[in-house]
Order: sequence, then structure tokens, then C-alpha cells
Amino acid sequence: MTMAPEGPLAHQQIALVDVLDRLLAGGVVITGDLTLRIADVDLVRIDLRALISSVNANVPSPWEEP
Amino acid sequence: MTDGLRYAYAVVRDTGAPEAALDALTALEGVTGVADESVYAVRHLGLAVLASAVPAEDYGEGSLRERLEDMAWLEKMARAHQRVVDTAGAESCVIPVRLATVCHGDEGLRRMLATGRERFASALDRLEGRVEWGVKAYATQPAAEQPPAGTANAADAPSTPDVPDAPSTPGAMSGRDYLRRRKAQRQAAEQRWGDTEEGARLVHDTLGGLAEQSRLHPPQDPRLSGISDRNVLNAAYLVRREDSADFAERVGELAGRTPALRVELTGPWAPYSFTAMDETSGAEGETGSAGADG
Repeated sequence: MTMAPEGPLAHQQIALVDVLDRLLAGGVVITGDLTLRIADVDLVRIDLRALISSVNANVPSPWEEP
Repeated sequence: MTDGLRYAYAVVRDTGAPEAALDALTALEGVTGVADESVYAVRHLGLAVLASAVPAEDYGEGSLRERLEDMAWLEKMARAHQRVVDTAGAESCVIPVRLATVCHGDEGLRRMLATGRERFASALDRLEGRVEWGVKAYATQPAAEQPPAGTANAADAPSTPDVPDAPSTPGAMSGRDYLRRRKAQRQAAEQRWGDTEEGARLVHDTLGGLAEQSRLHPPQDPRLSGISDRNVLNAAYLVRREDSADFAERVGELAGRTPALRVELTGPWAPYSFTAMDETSGAEGETGSAGADG
């Protein structure tokens, strides 16, 4: 089990996918002057497109009942 | 300087203290932002937004779109954003804003605070003193469709003592044995999978009961996480700061009780996954439903 009993996450190497789970699906969305909806961006890179859809899609947990 | 583009990270309460004494800014000493510039605060209406200057050649609207195509660039921005937010939020409450929120100058940042004033204020009231913990569970056993490598040959082997007439009808007996064995294997795999699902549900129900709120993120794609074990639970829990040690302890206990699962705890995070509960919970896909029954 990975555990961080003390100190901010800043001092560890965190999995990018854990960071993006939060940054792409969380945070207050305000129409800033240039705010982009990242999912709308025409993503060229296949891995990035997969990443965005996997993090952002409303895919329920496989065991979650509707 | 008040011109040029500004990247916003998070919003904090403006306690009225002199700027240098804002808890979040004190924590951020020596921490730079997405473009390696220092982070400062712009105050307005009882709120303060943590921001830093960013160059137009990267963060102007057209360039930003282009840059986001680049995985390495996105990673650098995401990690810097997370570093600023979680460092600032280590001791005090910060409300993260969505990745890649860019404004025109300090005036743009003030406009942003004015636009989101009520949402920021209510989020600060709701999330003060809380942190987010991430819990992921992985199935430690392979899925059911594993071909029985070598099993068919083993069934053919003349080592089965309770099959005396095997030499006369080898095909029939070994075929039946094979099918029987195959069925048993499949049932065992289904049983394991059942245990895994039950285990994940047990983990989530238990932790959901300890948390104020919970949110299920989609399971992580093995191609992105680099972890081949199947991710069966990817959840975030909102926990009072002072209850964090107890929460982490319960996660450890659950990990020990469910051998079919590998359980990972990450955090404490700033409450990223819980900023949107009041205004977009519907649009964000039933974010609150997971914890509603807990």
C-alpha cells in the first residue's frame, strides 16, 4: 500500500494518471478569459486522447449498480 | 506588472491579513508555477486567487490548444498545477480551479473571482478543514478467460489412477476429464472475480461510511497507469483533516482483510474531486450518488 502519512503530496512522485483524475474531473470550472475545456481540444496524440476519455468519460465502476 | 496572461491555480479565503501572511502563500515560498514563475495572490471580495504569470506564446488561446496535444507538455503543466495546489493546501483550505484556467492580467483574475464568488465562498464553507484521500483497489488475480495452458496435456497423461480403462478409450476419458477440469477452473475464476467485486464494494461502503462525501472516478486504464492488474475501484473520499490518521488506518485494515484485492491509498490531496458538488453534480455524472447511501 502506498501511503503518505505526513507532508503534502508535493514531495512524492505521484502517478500522472492520479493527478489527471483530479485535475480533469475536479476543480471549480469558471469561465476564465481563456479557459479551455480540455476535452474539446482536438487531440492528435492517441495516448492523450485515450487518457482524456478514460479520465473524463462517465464510465461507472464495473461493479457499480445503476 | 498587471498585464499579460495569468494562470489560476486555486482560490483561498482572504482573511484580511497582510499579503505575505496569507497561509497559502507562506507555504508556497520557493514553489514555482506552470511556467516557472513565482505564485502570488490577487485579492477581491473576501477571496484571493493564487496565480502566476504565463507567457502568451505557450498560454495564448491558440498556442495552448496546440501545446495540449503534447503529452509531455500536459504532464509538466498538470504536475506544476498539482504541486502549487497541494502545497498551498497542506495546512489551509484551498479550492482548486480547473486545469488550464487562464485570465488576462490581474483584472481578469478579479473578474474570475467576481464571477465565481458564490461558488467559491460556498465551497470554502463546505470544504474548510477537509482533505481528499484517494483509494484504488486492484484485482490481484487474472480475469476468468485464461486459457488452460498445459492443462489439456496433463489430462492426457496416464497418471490418473481412478481411470483403469484409460488405454482403451483414452480420448473419451481425457476429454471428459478435461471438460470437468475446465468447468472447475471457470467456476474458481468466477468465484475469485465475485470475491473481488464484493471486496471492492466492501472497501467502498466502509470508507464511504467514514467519509463526509465520496466520489467514484472511472477505473484507470492499464495503458495509462502502467499497472496491468485490473482497477476495480478508483474512489475519492472527503475526510476531516483530524480524522485522516484513522481513515488511513481503516484503509490498511481493509487491505489486510481482502486478499483478492490490492489496495492503494494516496493523499492527502486538496479537495479537487469535491469542488463541484453543488453546481454541476448532475452534469458531472452523479458525483454524489456513491456516498448517498452511506
